Amino acid sequence: MALLEIKDLHATVGDREILKGIDLTVEAGEVHAIMGPNGSGKSTLAQVLAGRELYHVTGGQVTYDGKDLLALSPEDRAREGIFLAFQYPVEIPGVSNMYFLKAALNTIRKHRNLPELDAMDFLERIREKMTAMNMDQTLLNRPVNAGFSGGEKKRNEIFQMAVLEPRLAILDETDSGLDIDALKLVAAGVNAMRSAERAMIVVTHYQRLLSEIVPDYVHVLADGRIVKSGGKELALELEAGGYAALGIQEEAEAVGKA
Amino acid sequence: MTAVAEQIGNWLEQFTQQEPAEPWLQKLRDSAFARFTELGFPTTRDEEWRYTNVAPIARANFVGQAPGLPSNVPVASLPEIDREHLGRYAPQNAFVALNTAFLRDIAFVRVARGTVVVQPIEINHVVSGQAGSLPHAHPRTLIVVAPGAQCTIVETYKGTGHYFTNAVTEIVAGDGAVIDHYKIERESPEAFHIATMQVSLGRSANFTTHNISLGGALVRNDIGATLSEGAEATVNGLYLVNGTQHVDNHTVIDHAKPHGSSHELYKGILDGHASAVFNGRIIVRKDAQKTDSKQTNKNLVLSDDAVIDTKPELQIFADDVRCTHGATIGQLDAESLFYLQSRGIGKAQARSLLTQAFAQDIIDRIKIPELRNQLEKVLSEKFHEHGNY
Ligand SMILES: Nc1ncnc2c1ncn2[C@@H]1O[C@H](COP(=O)(O)OP(=O)(O)OP(=O)(O)O)[C@@H](O)[C@H]1O
Ligand SMILES: [Mg+2]
Repeated sequence: MALLEIKDLHATVGDREILKGIDLTVEAGEVHAIMGPNGSGKSTLAQVLAGRELYHVTGGQVTYDGKDLLALSPEDRAREGIFLAFQYPVEIPGVSNMYFLKAALNTIRKHRNLPELDAMDFLERIREKMTAMNMDQTLLNRPVNAGFSGGEKKRNEIFQMAVLEPRLAILDETDSGLDIDALKLVAAGVNAMRSAERAMIVVTHYQRLLSEIVPDYVHVLADGRIVKSGGKELALELEAGGYAALGIQEEAEAVGKA
Repeated sequence: MTAVAEQIGNWLEQFTQQEPAEPWLQKLRDSAFARFTELGFPTTRDEEWRYTNVAPIARANFVGQAPGLPSNVPVASLPEIDREHLGRYAPQNAFVALNTAFLRDIAFVRVARGTVVVQPIEINHVVSGQAGSLPHAHPRTLIVVAPGAQCTIVETYKGTGHYFTNAVTEIVAGDGAVIDHYKIERESPEAFHIATMQVSLGRSANFTTHNISLGGALVRNDIGATLSEGAEATVNGLYLVNGTQHVDNHTVIDHAKPHGSSHELYKGILDGHASAVFNGRIIVRKDAQKTDSKQTNKNLVLSDDAVIDTKPELQIFADDVRCTHGATIGQLDAESLFYLQSRGIGKAQARSLLTQAFAQDIIDRIKIPELRNQLEKVLSEKFHEHGNY
């Protein structure tokens, strides 16, 4: 049984249809890359999978680990092992990063019938992961993402992923805005988590991330549909020829980058 | 008898039941009571009371005056030199008049010139209303801080059952005095709480107050500060209302002389059918050039049935000043909620975390660690108690 199976998924925001019939199957242990022009619906797909209510699912099914994913609340999805690294992590002044992450980890542990961690055990457990992400200890005491640089926010997302140990991680443009050193750090963090039980969906515009996190499959999303799927070489083709080589209009991209 | 005459009649009965005082005090009481009968209770036709209806107080049948605080001193024993401060600062409205009419004992603090009092001075008011009885209490506080002196004051109001607290606090900050003041209102859910505080700041005096309103059925705070040259006032507040609670904060910051500065931040969290009012008046007199004043009121409205009325009132008569003001009314941020939920945190906990985060920046400004911890605890209990907070 596939870990994730998306069938003919349609979603709207307001009265506008963004996802127009997505089909995607992800097995445990696999890494899938999703590429596509700006505005094609990549983040919408990621957010719908994580349970964002802003988007209305108007058709199709999503099965995760044998369960009807769309029937679960966002928090239950997280407890069942879904993790979304946000393209734009939100700043939450007044909530400390440490308090937040400890509360998150403990609710997830409780769901998995593991004992809750006290502050000491928690700190011990995360120390190594912070070092791996080159995260300063002071970031823990600061409010969630508040005043973090773009790179710090992205590293914080991957750090959270490392702490929460999801079964399905969806990384939405975790590479954008990172310099090459930070990119290598983030990629190493992600690669360290690759395992036979865990699957990943990596949304990106750039081959340079996929040279570090080598995907098993690459999909191209355009105008709310997956228009082409292939192996890792598809990303290289796109890099060389652009979306136009696939017959995809890049208007959306041109507008997005203006 | 008209309704108004009937109300006054009840109070006359209460007033005449008092033990007579020595002549100077009796005179003060008599003239205050005369003023009260002349003014009567305000109604919503008065602009100042447009959103706060005190009819439940005006109509209530009170049984007697609540006993005073053991730590209070009889007003009669107040040194003659300090008597002159009594009633000199507070505005002459009906509630202040009523307080003065029942003046009996007083919480009195005097800090001598140049003295630094490190320990916070705590003034705790507690009223207990028994079933069927409805006591009224008129706490009076006078704080005189001489030039160059420093102190920290914490006023706390608490109680059980039904009662009416009508507090008046007058604070005199001498030239260069530094005062850090807190008012923690944790009245019973049934209580009426009306409080007037007036502060007079000398040259380069520095006054900070945090006004935290948590309890009470009907609460009104009138807070006023008058600033002399170079004085600085920080006037912050936090109000938390739920159920059918009503809290009204009226502040008046009066820049009378040049180079003064004032910073005002009031934050409110409203839930249930509760209502709140924030009215912030800033006066910059003709003389008060180079005034720097900032006012902010932020409200978090958690239910469709809660109502907030917020209004800045700037009266600026000087031309070389900087005055800014802003008010916001908002709900919990959907994106932040989703972010927390996407990490496994339940919706109710996520809401209470974000609500607490909204209040946190006021709590963080409290300089007394014990008080800060205590309030953090009270707030987190409050937010958890109502999952929907
Ligand atoms: N909350 C929203 N309200 C209105 N329109 C939205 C909203 N969210 C997304 N959209 C629209 O849906 C379309 C798809 O957006 P989405 O963010 O999924 O694209 P994307 O593929 O992730 O793009 P990018 O590569 O720029 O991140 C865009 O046209 C966008 O403007
Ligand atoms: Mg996107």
